[in-house]
Parts: sequence; structure tokens; C-alpha cells
Amino acid sequence: MPAALLCAEAALGLALLSAVTSLFSLRVPRVLRLLATPLIGLSGLAALTAGLVALLNGHAATAELPLGLPWLPWQIRLDALSGFFLSVIGVVILAVGIYAPAYVRDFEHSRDSLPSLGGFTGLFLTGMLLVVLADGAFVFMVAWELMSLSSYFLVAFHHDHAANRRAAYLYLLMAHVGGLAILLSFGVLAAFGGGFGFDAMRGADLAPGWASGAFVLAFFGFGLKAGLVPLHAWLPEAHPVAPSHISALMSGVMLKVAVYGFIRLVFDLIGRYHWQWGVAVLAIGSISALLGVLYALMQHDLKRLLAYSSVENIGIIFMGLGLALLFLATGDERLGAVALVAALYHSLNHALFKAVLFLGAGTILHSAGERDLEKMGGLLRRMPWTGLFFLVGCIAISGLPPLNGFVSEWLTFQAALQVWQLDSGVLRSVVAISAAMLALTGALAAACFVRVYGVAFLGQARSRAVRRARPAPLGMRAGQGLLALLCLLLGVVPTAFIGVLSEVPRQLLGQGLTEATAHGWLWLTPVSPQIASYSAPLVAATLFVTLALGLWLLGRGIRRVRRCGAWDCGFAPPEPGMQYTATAFAQPIRRVFGLLFHIEEGVAQQPDGRRRHFLRVHDRAWGLFYLPVVRVVENAARQVTRLQSGSVRVYLGWSLITLLVLLWIIA
Amino acid sequence: MNLVTWGLALWQALLYVALAPLLVGWIRKVKARLQNRRGAAIWQPYWDIYKLFGKEARMAHTASLLFRAAPYLVFTATWLAAAAIPLVATGLPTAAIADVIVIAGLLALARFFLALAGMDVGTAFGGMGASREMLISALAEPAMLMAVFTLAMTAHSTNLVSVVEHQLTNLDLLQPSYLFALAGLVLVAIAETGRIPVDNPSTHLELTMIHEAMILEYSGRHLALMEWAAQLKLLLYGALLANIFFPWGIARETTGGALGLGLAVVIAKLALLGVVLAVSETVLAKMRLFRVPAFLNLALLLALLGLLSHVILEVGA
Repeated sequence: MPAALLCAEAALGLALLSAVTSLFSLRVPRVLRLLATPLIGLSGLAALTAGLVALLNGHAATAELPLGLPWLPWQIRLDALSGFFLSVIGVVILAVGIYAPAYVRDFEHSRDSLPSLGGFTGLFLTGMLLVVLADGAFVFMVAWELMSLSSYFLVAFHHDHAANRRAAYLYLLMAHVGGLAILLSFGVLAAFGGGFGFDAMRGADLAPGWASGAFVLAFFGFGLKAGLVPLHAWLPEAHPVAPSHISALMSGVMLKVAVYGFIRLVFDLIGRYHWQWGVAVLAIGSISALLGVLYALMQHDLKRLLAYSSVENIGIIFMGLGLALLFLATGDERLGAVALVAALYHSLNHALFKAVLFLGAGTILHSAGERDLEKMGGLLRRMPWTGLFFLVGCIAISGLPPLNGFVSEWLTFQAALQVWQLDSGVLRSVVAISAAMLALTGALAAACFVRVYGVAFLGQARSRAVRRARPAPLGMRAGQGLLALLCLLLGVVPTAFIGVLSEVPRQLLGQGLTEATAHGWLWLTPVSPQIASYSAPLVAATLFVTLALGLWLLGRGIRRVRRCGAWDCGFAPPEPGMQYTATAFAQPIRRVFGLLFHIEEGVAQQPDGRRRHFLRVHDRAWGLFYLPVVRVVENAARQVTRLQSGSVRVYLGWSLITLLVLLWIIA
Repeated sequence: MNLVTWGLALWQALLYVALAPLLVGWIRKVKARLQNRRGAAIWQPYWDIYKLFGKEARMAHTASLLFRAAPYLVFTATWLAAAAIPLVATGLPTAAIADVIVIAGLLALARFFLALAGMDVGTAFGGMGASREMLISALAEPAMLMAVFTLAMTAHSTNLVSVVEHQLTNLDLLQPSYLFALAGLVLVAIAETGRIPVDNPSTHLELTMIHEAMILEYSGRHLALMEWAAQLKLLLYGALLANIFFPWGIARETTGGALGLGLAVVIAKLALLGVVLAVSETVLAKMRLFRVPAFLNLALLLALLGLLSHVILEVGA
């Protein structure tokens, strides 16, 4: 068996082992911290190795797991696409494995059930790893459900709050609606291909109508899991209530598994493209990106804000995928490969910086017990390392050079700007408008993360607990630091990674990025050197050298600067309460984009007779999309209750009729 | 790409730093004349910066390390963005390092740290300035990108040197996309460089400040760098407008004569732009903050119209 598959199986085994060992933490709580969580880290390392080897190898390897039914063996397969997503999952799991021991220590003295935390984390990881390895619809769906079900228990971990139980229920419901759609989509492919294996599906000769049906089902199912607007409303409810390192895994990695599923099903299994699909994916992606960041700007719960920003980034990834579909449908494989690489690179980048930020939010929760931005402030001085890594995450997620978020947004722009090569004027203007929305999204994301960082880490503390926050333990800093370093590396030497990444389109579309490093590793030229080039190493080097020179020449090293009271135009000395709050910061944007939000604002009488101003910003998706569906379902259920007469004979009659109808359909 | 062109690129980058205060001094002089004042000498911004560098820098007790690093970062990022825009000559290698999206990204990086520095001390004005700046940039940045994308798509390259070369050889002044993009970019330039009617660089009313509110706590060399970076940004936008939309006269070879002519021409173009800006600032009044989004939406709309008219009308034709 090839080394890559061996590593992948080791990763699966280690994750399962971690789940089993954490059962012992019922008696000895330390087991979770000292054994089960480090095993997760090892599993991540194994997955990362497996993924990288598979990417560098250049050919697919298959194996059979000793599980499954006699006529339905569990086939696994590791090609470049699985390898890429395996390494994305692996690297985040590795960092979480380093971070989590210090974090789960908090739970040792609480009433929370440790075996359920460790056990379901292990199963959750096993599920995710197995999804990307699966080589058949049967394994895929089993792994998918394992992933969804075990993460349900992690979302419901703090189940003593009613709101958390509600979020978990909503999550379970949505996961199953999505799972159903994916299953049906596989069903269509299996019916034409004559088998549940991916090999059989690849060879299926689909009628165009059925292909579109399979595509729509897959887009719905995976889009629901990935959190595309307007199906996203469950995501900001569910992701934040899990423990923070699990939130990092869910937002950073599980959404990527949904992206993987979409790419596998549409680009690999269906394997034919229509421009209408591209337009649909592009439009939904653009809307998700824009609305995601606008809603993120309105949140003041840090973890909820990060969850909404995941909606934004998933939107950007799907914009890349939509562009890829458009170019492939018009027969331009080269540009399709560029757009696909942009989407994949953003998937990797988002996994990294979102994990940095969620782990940072977890550190704040650990040290100060606070999730509310309105009560933070001045944390940079209390926890400088966490502050530095969080800053790296903020710059990266805002898409600013020289970090990694910029590179993938730049690639997406480059793909969109090649639109003049399309024949249809309508398609060209659709792409142009979506490029405009991407630009708007990027600028708003910068505003959003200036607000987060400025309010949480700068200024003065707004509450007592935050004023006394302790610096994070070494393990937490190391886990976060590893990811922050990778954000920097992926931003500064993108050519090295994109060269490896181009193996994915080469295997999937038969077309790699031939021109990406035409002028050497210094210059990233995705389409061709004449069209665009970006030298991230030179930009970063000039930035750092000039910065160091400036500090040394003008600031004369780290010479002390004399301190004094803040000037503030000579008004009264500034107090924490006089600072701009997170809500105040976003007020102008709330006003400009007011139509997109459902805003409740007014003055309410308190029970003690005092009056208080209140402001709530609700998601419009609830009123426009979720509630009507709920209403329809409830009405239908009410109609169905008419069948319930309470008499056994009537029920037997219904059963007989159903049986007859089914027999008639089959025959 | 040889040593000569790299040397020229460095020279052009230094030229940006050297010329930036002069443009501000020129605009102030013209404005003073229009207001029937004699005004300060056009060298005054140089003296101001020199004076500030000589003074001691002080920091508030509540300021963090970011507050100290921000002026250097803001200046460097703005300078790097400027260095990638052709000022005097086109054949320089710096343009390949950073295309127009990278330039927008570097400006956004500078703005990111400027806004964070405003929030660092924890005063009300700093937060106010940062919030307003981010609102304005959130609308102005996409408009700028759209306007430049229009030209980039015409030239089939996001590399500014290729765009300028393309404009020089086949420029059609009456193309609708060209006019829309020009109008959009002019509005963006006004908003991004903090000029009237969006922001007033010489205001002393705290509640109307945007850029000034963010750098309120700075003093000494820190303030000098922040001011210089703002002047650099004005010159950057001036050069962008002058050289992309009116590229005539820019040096296409690296001979002394061509370079001298290029320098003279670009100074003349910038002086003219300065006069236009001074006149418009004299006849216009500053807008209320919540009228600004309407102004920027107009910029966004114009830029998008430019892009759409290009992809619909001009590509196929």
C-alpha cells in the first residue's frame, strides 16, 4: 500500500483512538488533556503528511477498508483533490491539537461531561477525514452523517442554556435536510452509472436534464452545509456555541469539507458544465460574500461575528468555483484552472486565518471569560502574543498584502478580469458585477476587522474581568502561532504553494497552471506574465526592510518615548466609557445599508421603571426564507393529522394502500 | 531589467517622496490666492515636516506598541503603492512587482493601520475618525477598483505600465467607458485623499474631522510621517489620474532627454490638477457625513457603468 494511504489510515485510526481514550476521562479527567487531545494533534500530522505526499505524488491510490457490507466494500481513494483537502484538515487539526490541552483544562473542574467532549471530537474528525477519502457514495454518506451527528453533540455541549439547545436542534435539522439532498443527488448519478462507487458514477452518461437535477441537489445540499445565503441562518447560531477549538474546526474545516463535496460531485463525478450553473454559483456566492460581511459588521458577540464572516469567505470561494464553471462551460480550461486554484487557495487560507481568529476568541474566553466585544478593550497589553497572532489573522482575513488572504482574492480578481474572453455580453456583465461585489466585500471586511481589533485589543478595558485578563498559556499561544506563521508564509511565497496546488486541476481538468511561475518563484503570474504579475516576496521584503530601516533611523531603535496623558483636544481625560463601542463604530454602515437588515430600535420601559435604549439587528433570512418554509411545513403537518383517526383498522388500510401504490410504481 | 532601470525605479520612488509636500504647498498657495490671501510659501509643507522631525514625540499612557509602529507602516505601505505607479517613465520594473490590485491592497493596508492607530489610545475622537474613514473607504475602494478595472480590461492587463502603454497607442477620448471611469476615479480621489467636500484637511472642528481625528494623538516624528504619508497619497492619486487618463509626455525610453521631458510634463499636469482641486475646494462646501455615501455611491455607479459599458459595448465590437 502506498505511503500516503498508510498515513491517511493512520490519521483515521488516531482520531478514533482519541475518541476511545477520552472515555476514560470519566474516571480520570486528566486523560482528556494529556492523552486524547495530543492524539488529535498526531492524527492531524498524519493527515497533513498523507495529503502532501498525495499532492506531490501526482497519481491516485486506492484501498479498501476492512469495513462495510460484503457487496458494498468501503473503498477509499487518495488523489490530488482529496490530498489537498486532507492537508487543509490536517494542518488545522494539528494546530487545534496543540492548542486544546490548555483549553480543555478549563472544563476539568466544571460539571461538563469530558468523555462526550473528547469522544465526539474524535468521531467528528474521523468523519471529516473519511469524507474526503471516500471513493463511493455509500462511504461518503456514512462519513458525512458521522461528521454531522457527532458535531451536533459538540454544538449541544453547553446544553444547560435553552438557546444552545435550540441552536443544536436547528443545526441537526439543517444537516439532515442537506444530507437528504446530497443523497438524492448521488441517487441520480448512481441510477445512470449503475453503481454506488465513484468510478461507476464518473462513467455515467447523464441526460442534460438529469445532470442539472443532480447539480441543483448537490448545490443545495452542500451549499446548505457550507452556509450559503439564504440557507446560512443556522450557521451563526450553531458554530459559536460549541467550545472554541471546536468552533475553529467547524468554521475552518467542516465548511471546507462541504466545498470538497461540491467540487468532487460537480467537477469530478458529473464532469460536464453548463454556463447556467456557473452563473447560479457565481450569483449566490457574490450575495453570500456581501451579506455575510455586512451581517458580521452588525454583530457584537465575537464568535458570532466570526461565524458570519465564514459565510462571507465561503461566498468568495463559491465565486471562484462559479467562475471556474463559467470558463469550463465555454471551453476555456486554462482560465477554469486559474479560477479553481483561486477557490482552492482561498479554502486553504480561510481555514488557516479563521482558525487563528476562533482560537484567539477562545483564548479571550479562557482568560477573561468574555465573548462580548462591548466589554473588551486593551487586550493587546494584557496578552501581547495572542494580540499579535490575532492581528495577523485580521490582516489576512481583510485581504491585505502581504498576507495570504490577499493572494487568493487577487487570484479571484484575475480570473474575473479575464471575462473579456467570453463571447456573451450578458455573461461578461454578470462577471463584472460580481467583481464589483467582491471589491465591496473586501473593503467592508477590512472595516469589520478594524472594528474587531480596535475594540477588543486596543483602547482601554471596558469591564473588570477584561482589565485583569491573564496571558494565555504556552500551548494556546503555540497552536495559534503556528497558524499565524502559515498565514504569513502562504502570503509571502505563494508561488511555492500554487505550484503544488496546480496538481489538482491537472488531475481534475487535465490542465494545470502552466504560466503561474513562468518568470521564476519571485513572480506570481496566474494567467500570463503580460497580463498580471505580483511579486509577494519583493513586496513583503520591501515592506519589512523599509519598516525596520525607518524604525532604526528615525525611532533610533527601541528608544523610550516619553508618556503623557492623552490629548483628546484638551477635553476631560478619556475614560473607558467614552470610547467608541463596536455598535457605534458600525453605526454609519448600518445606516447606509439599512435596507438589508431587519433592525429593531427603540426605548423600552424596564421593570424598575427606568427607560433603556435597545437595538437588535436580525437576519432577514429568517423572515424571508426560513419562517415561510416552517409555516408551509406546519400547515402540511396539520393537513396530515386528518389521517389520524385513532382506529387501528384505518391505519392498516392506509398501510395496504401505500404498499399497493409502491408495488405499482416498481412494477 | 537591468541595473539602470532598477536605479531609475528607485529614483522615481524617491521623487514621489520629494514631490509630495510640494503639491500640497502648491494647492494651498492657489487656494489662498483664490481667497484673496497671500498665503504661505509653497515650500511651507517641507518646513512643517522638518520642524516636526525636530520635535520630541510623546505618547499617551494608554497607547500600545501598535501606536508606535503605525506611522512607519502607514508611510511605507503608501510609499510602496506610489512606487508602483509610473510617474515619469514607463519602462521600469517596479510596475511588475505590484499591479493595480496590489496598489489598492497596499493603500488599504495603510488605512487599516491608520484606523487602528486612531482607536489605540481609546479616545472618543480617534474611534470616530476610524469609523468614518472605514465607511468612506468601504465605498470608495470598490469604486476605485472598478474604474481601474475598466482600463485594465481595455488593455488586457492589470499592470499599470501596460495600461499606460495601451492608452498611449490607442486612446479614444470619446469612449464612454473612459469617460465614466475618469469621472468615477476623480470622485474617489477626492474622497480618499480627504479633500472638500468629503473631509476638510484644514479643519479645527473636532466633530467634522475624519483624517485629522485619527492622528490627533500623534506628535513629533510620528506626526511628521503621518502627514507625509497623507501628502504622498494625494500625489499618488494625482499621478494615477494624470498618467492613466492623460498619458501623453511620459518617458518611454530611458534617455536623459525623454526623462527630463517626462518630468516637466508630469509636473505641469500635476500643477494643473492642483489648480482644478483648489478651485473646486473654493467653490464647494463640505458635506454632512451622511451625504457622503450618496456622493460615493455616485462614484461607484459611474465606475460600474464604465465597466459595464466596456464589457457590453466595446469588447464585442
